[in-house]
Amino acid sequence: MTLVVATLVLGAGTFAFRFAGPVLRARVKLSERAEKLMVTSAVVLLGALVLTQTFIADQEFAGFARPAGVLVGGVLAWRKAPFIVVVLAAAGTAAGLRLLGVP
Amino acid sequence: MRSIRRTLDRDLIRDIGLVCLADGVVGISFGAIAVSSGFPLWFPMLLSLLVFAGAAQFLFVGVVASGGNPVAAVLAGLLVNARHVPFGFAVGEVLGTSWARRVAGTHLMIDETVAFALAEREGERRRAAYWACGIGLFLCWNLGVVIGGFGGAAISDPAALGLDAAFPAVLLALLLPSLRDPAALRATLIGAAIALATAPFLPAGLPVLLALGGVLAAFGADRRSAGPNESACREETPC
Repeated sequence: MTLVVATLVLGAGTFAFRFAGPVLRARVKLSERAEKLMVTSAVVLLGALVLTQTFIADQEFAGFARPAGVLVGGVLAWRKAPFIVVVLAAAGTAAGLRLLGVP
Repeated sequence: MRSIRRTLDRDLIRDIGLVCLADGVVGISFGAIAVSSGFPLWFPMLLSLLVFAGAAQFLFVGVVASGGNPVAAVLAGLLVNARHVPFGFAVGEVLGTSWARRVAGTHLMIDETVAFALAEREGERRRAAYWACGIGLFLCWNLGVVIGGFGGAAISDPAALGLDAAFPAVLLALLLPSLRDPAALRATLIGAAIALATAPFLPAGLPVLLALGGVLAAFGADRRSAGPNESACREETPC
């Protein structure tokens, strides 16, 4: 029962976070500058997510295999490789390194 | 639905499908981990349907499974999901104006859908990418959780498949076009540095939120350096 309530609260809170933007921005007309600030904020958050997910696991260094995989994927994406190549190369590099015993 | 299919070209559909597939495998691992931690099958399913945010779900299950208080688990999950507030402001327009669409679209707002939407320049394609990715991910994620819960112990460790490296790479690939804007790149570099430097010391979720300091730093500097001639404007970047 506690778990159900906890899930409902987490679900409702998450929905409220997500809903704030669509509802509020329909009420107030954002200036072009504010609009750019919002998009930049989203990019910055996603960028920070990329780096923390790459290097950190449970507040510690995630090991070498994962950053190596992301690096390979990132370089391929930068060189305009197809998306599927980027994803498979990133996963394959990390999985391969682990198979070789690299943490 | 028909208009979505008309707008999306085959490449974009394949890209989105690939991410959905990878997310489905992570969903399998989430279901398997939750059930093998002693939770009944309905619990990870309910969590995935109502919360639909992978990182927060893993954190929630981890906290409770290790004997933590459910209140602490909820707070940790909310902290991780607080980044959706700016996401909503950034992509709010793609959801449409009717309430049904706005509510449904809001629930589909996660890192991948936001990144796919931001990677598209043109409004119609942006909308189509958001909805296709959101619906696809919702189906694959929840289906994966069910499969995993019923006995997907084989993939309880997505690291063996390298999926933990695939996800940051996916987001990075989708973000690269946005980072061509010098102001956005500067803000992201500063923000990511703040997040990385604080990540070992702060609870999950908080470092990423602190990255917003990068926006302030970069735009503050921008305003100071850009005189009446908008010196920040380069030839190739239209302002």
